[in-house]
Amino acid sequence: MSDVVERTLSALPGLLGQHEPGAGPGGPGRASATSRLGGLIRSITALSSKHEEEKLIQQELTNLKATVSAPATTLRLMKECMVRLIYCEMLGYESSFGYIHAIKLAQQGNLLEKRVGYLAVSLFLHENHELLLLLVNTVVKDLQSTNLVEVCMALTVVSQIFPREMIPAVLPLIEDKLQHSKEIIRRKAVQALYKFYLIAPNQVQHIHDKFRKALCDRDVGVMAASLHIYLQMIKENSSGYKDLTESFVTILKQVVGGKLPIDFNYHSVPAPWLQIQLLRILGLLGKDDPRTSELMYDVLDESLRRAEINHNITYAILFECVQTIYTIHPKPDLLEKAAKCIGKFVLSPKINLKYLGLKALTYVIQQDPNLALQHQMTIIECLDHPDPIIKRETLELLYRITNGQNVTVIVQKMLDYLKQSKEEYTIINLVSKIAELAEKYAPANEWFIQTMNAVFSIGGDVMHPDIPNNFLRLLAEGFDDEKEDEQLRLYAVQSYLGLLEEEDAIYPQKFLQVMSWVLGEYSYLINHEGDPEVIMTRLHKLLKKTFVTSETKAWIMAAITKIASLNRGSKTIDKLIQEFSTSLDTCMRQYAFELKHLCEDKDLMKNLLPRDASCNDMVVDASLSFLDGFVAEGLSRGAAPYKPHHQRQEEKLSQEKALNFEPYGLSLSSSMSSSGFTGRQSPTGLSLGSDMSGNSTEMGQKEMSSLKLDGVKKLWGKDGYLPKKESKTGKEDKLEAVPPGSTLGGNMVDHPLSEADQEVVSPSEEEKEKQRLASTLFVGLASDSAVSLMGKADTTTQKFKRKSKISETQNSEEAPSIQHDATLSFRPLPEAQSNDNENIQSTEHVRLRKSSLSSSEVLEASISFKRPQSLTEARLDAKLPDYRLSPSSLFADNNIEVFQPSQVIPSVVASKASLIPSLSEELANNPHSEAVELCSCDTLAVNLCKVWTDDCLLLVLFVANRSSSALKNVNLVFENSEHFKIVEGLSYHFPVIKAQSLESCQKSVQMEKNCMQEILVGSLNYHLEMETGLEFSVTLSLTDFIRPMKITTEDFGKLWLSFSNDVKQNVKMSPSQGSLSIALNTLQQKLKLHVVDIVGNEGLVACQLLPSVPCLLHCRTHAGMLALWLRSPCSALPDSLLYQCQKVMEET
Amino acid sequence: MSVHMQFMLLFSRQGKLRLQKWYVPLSDKEKKKITRELVQTVLARKPKMCSFLEWRDLKIVYKRYASLYFCCAIEDQDNELITLEIIHRYVELLDKYFGSVCELDIIFNFEKAYFILDEFLLGGEVQETSKKNVLKAIEQADLLQEPRHEYFNVPVY
Repeated sequence: MSDVVERTLSALPGLLGQHEPGAGPGGPGRASATSRLGGLIRSITALSSKHEEEKLIQQELTNLKATVSAPATTLRLMKECMVRLIYCEMLGYESSFGYIHAIKLAQQGNLLEKRVGYLAVSLFLHENHELLLLLVNTVVKDLQSTNLVEVCMALTVVSQIFPREMIPAVLPLIEDKLQHSKEIIRRKAVQALYKFYLIAPNQVQHIHDKFRKALCDRDVGVMAASLHIYLQMIKENSSGYKDLTESFVTILKQVVGGKLPIDFNYHSVPAPWLQIQLLRILGLLGKDDPRTSELMYDVLDESLRRAEINHNITYAILFECVQTIYTIHPKPDLLEKAAKCIGKFVLSPKINLKYLGLKALTYVIQQDPNLALQHQMTIIECLDHPDPIIKRETLELLYRITNGQNVTVIVQKMLDYLKQSKEEYTIINLVSKIAELAEKYAPANEWFIQTMNAVFSIGGDVMHPDIPNNFLRLLAEGFDDEKEDEQLRLYAVQSYLGLLEEEDAIYPQKFLQVMSWVLGEYSYLINHEGDPEVIMTRLHKLLKKTFVTSETKAWIMAAITKIASLNRGSKTIDKLIQEFSTSLDTCMRQYAFELKHLCEDKDLMKNLLPRDASCNDMVVDASLSFLDGFVAEGLSRGAAPYKPHHQRQEEKLSQEKALNFEPYGLSLSSSMSSSGFTGRQSPTGLSLGSDMSGNSTEMGQKEMSSLKLDGVKKLWGKDGYLPKKESKTGKEDKLEAVPPGSTLGGNMVDHPLSEADQEVVSPSEEEKEKQRLASTLFVGLASDSAVSLMGKADTTTQKFKRKSKISETQNSEEAPSIQHDATLSFRPLPEAQSNDNENIQSTEHVRLRKSSLSSSEVLEASISFKRPQSLTEARLDAKLPDYRLSPSSLFADNNIEVFQPSQVIPSVVASKASLIPSLSEELANNPHSEAVELCSCDTLAVNLCKVWTDDCLLLVLFVANRSSSALKNVNLVFENSEHFKIVEGLSYHFPVIKAQSLESCQKSVQMEKNCMQEILVGSLNYHLEMETGLEFSVTLSLTDFIRPMKITTEDFGKLWLSFSNDVKQNVKMSPSQGSLSIALNTLQQKLKLHVVDIVGNEGLVACQLLPSVPCLLHCRTHAGMLALWLRSPCSALPDSLLYQCQKVMEET
Repeated sequence: MSVHMQFMLLFSRQGKLRLQKWYVPLSDKEKKKITRELVQTVLARKPKMCSFLEWRDLKIVYKRYASLYFCCAIEDQDNELITLEIIHRYVELLDKYFGSVCELDIIFNFEKAYFILDEFLLGGEVQETSKKNVLKAIEQADLLQEPRHEYFNVPVY
């Protein structure tokens, strides 16, 4: 073949310059592919500049384009064009015009041309390319070809790229090929199925037994190909393939024992690829499974023993073997051998092996920390290795053995490495590791702050947002010792002031934001020694720097505002206000105005920005009850009650569709206002009212009041609600987490850490230095047991043990699930954001919101929010009886008496004792109604009992045969209702009801369409002497389908924000109802609601409409009125439930 | 086998790309960016350095044969040493097929190099580890066509 090249080269001079497009069909087509391509290649190499190359290739592409699209172009010429196109693409030039011709070539060409066509397709297209669909037919045709080469080509292309949706078109053909007599075809078919398994596992679900057959194929190649599929399947579900362990072990034994054909040897090692694949599979199967692991110990031992020749390939097998041994259930003597093996790698002079040795050490270090000790000198050497990848892997290893005693040295090494690294991925990765170690093991405040400074400077804007968030939270929440907290903060402030002093230093935005926040919150700590004016001047200077983004400027402004609130008038502030009041940046202008107004009212400002209160509770009046007076006034003036936007829109739509037959105006306004207070109107009445008011002259007024509410909600409903919510839950977390944290901390002993700091490298006594470094690095490894390395029960002090550590980890575990489960509407959850700190944006909003308020009107509002109240203080719900304890009071309004579930069924007024309907014990344990007679005649009587189970409404119908003869074929049929759905179907058939006996049937009912109260009609048909039908009806009300929803206050908060449909109403409370807790108690009992929390005069109540439509209530007492605010994802539910609440409140 | 290759690049000491095979779907833009970055990084490495590289979240395994660099991207948990041997096996195959292969063979007959690669690695996995079998498959395809061309040297329309 190489002589082809030579021939080409010698022919080159004559061929150069021959670039006429499409040399024409026939004779000139003979100009061989190599020579034309050769010409192109030669002329490109002759060029000196990139620009010339581009010109040449563009010219070439133009020629090619003309050639491929000319109808007279032969396939032979086309093939040659394709090769040149591939070449142009490789040089990075777009040649998509040729793709379609590649497909055509694969379709129409002879073998040689087809081969190039397929190659071009597989190089040009990716598996999602739309043109690929055009290839399917060709593939199908070639798969059916009698020519082996054609089948091979088709299978090869299928294994590389194939459109997922077209798999069914070729799958049967490929399955057939599994039985082909040629092993190469069988092998390629398995390979294609593997590809299908990767891109669409469901499509090949049914052929799993064929995979097993392939595993047992007499040809090694086919068997090896099937291992790809098995490795993948076992990765996904190892428990499903444990039965194959022995087969894999046997295969490996045969391979290791040299039983395979010599062809499969690679440098006289038998089938190394196969061995490694099998070792990997065994590792997955034996993981955490002593019994399965038992099966493979022998063969692993043999593998270790056999791999003796000093060649790369044996090391590759050894490495895999070691990894498997450490992955499966451990066996001491194997571990020992594996450890020896790792030693061979680590000590090897070959750099590749050394690298793998470090990699293996990193992998096993947590199981076997002594290994690190054995090789500590090598590790020290690797730390200063000229090859960065070796250093990098060593740091990874050290990261895993970090403890409180060696943390300073290790972090220093990591920082040194970082300073030289420019690769973003490495920076992100290492920076978060440093931050983690610093937080976990920091020996001193100064060290911690300085390390974090380095992290922020280097990590800058690429690091994970968790890092600054966690850091700030740690500062703000503090840890157990108040004095320590203060020192840490003070040191941070001092350090940042020092950094900002440097005039020309440029810091990353995130770092500046951290600094601003800390200075804003804690600069008062140095007030006795520093002038706030100085701090403000520095921040002011920053504002004028061009590299500071507007986001960071917002942080800085917030900090300045906070500092200003603690001090009397300041020149810098005045200057700043003046300067930015005319700024072109509207945000900055706004901040300046805010600051100006705040400065004019110092008391307000102090109130608004209390010192060191970032972690304090804030109670949010989410119901905006402070506006109730305003609303009441509006209503009494005749304004229409507020309707949420969506409801107004719906009403508008329905109005547009139908003619309005109602008279306009009239005295609606007064009736509306009365309804607002007494709430005697049904929801339907309400919506009618607002429909009409929309048309009336009150439009403007209504619009106005709704606008006001909107405006307020926008500020305080979503964003404004967040910070308060966050700090509240933060506190709760802390409270819960303190006990475990302190018990852990109690066992810890302080270690002096001084020796860890003495890391001075002097080149003169290199060896000694290394020794010393080793002793600082591996301190704690020698004396401590393996346990201490796992970092779980470390004996060293964890300086910054966060109070909320435990709850935090829980949260972080939950976090992903929250985010996954949450539908879009759940997105703005305050907890998810604050606890996870995923999103720096949100946190930053939170912080900023505290200080940047946009209007003075809202300022007042915020002050009224700050009534100091803690949730725990007034937790009354414990005192409230659960409805389950007293179900007797349930449904008192339903004319059905309710039994105590625990009681034995009391005697019912019935003439015949045997016909007394009674519930089965199981059902009787649920709250249920008394049996009421629905209908009766001489022969039959139907009684009904409603059972309110947790997940449905159960209608238990008792059919009593009063006659003296047995009744056959009694049918109970419900009529179809648009409101209800009967799960088990509308009818029930009693084959026979004996004389003087009782039969029962159960139907669970679901509410399909929301309604207050509807009737379910049914009939009972039987045939005695003639066809007789008894009709009956059952009244079902909304309350039959309401169940309590047990959620926590936090969940309530989350859900509340995510629901869009709300209704608000004031209901008058009778004097007997007195306090909120009594009123809620009533609601809880009568409507089966769940009281989530009661704080002062506000209460949170939750319930759900079966099957699972939640509805949340916010209740607040105010001057003899109960303000109810309901929210739900279902638009009709709040209205209906409000109506029920009103009814209950009136009745008691 | 035991390696799921993401892509393979062959480039010269001058940084000229000689062969590229992508086993993961990427846009042309990304491919170009990756190629540029990798070629630069690998060429900057000194001869005595490790054959492995961490690059983004991938491992790069590379080896130089004469003037040509062979460079594979694998996942972090894959076996680096066996990847080196994959490269070596590929070189052996090329050598056997071309008869003491040199860069020029690959430049001028890159489609053949692709055919051999496709027969050896399929979809990023080692398909056939027997050198004999790979070459047999290639020769079969070659042989089947050559005579046809001599006898029917007529363009097909």
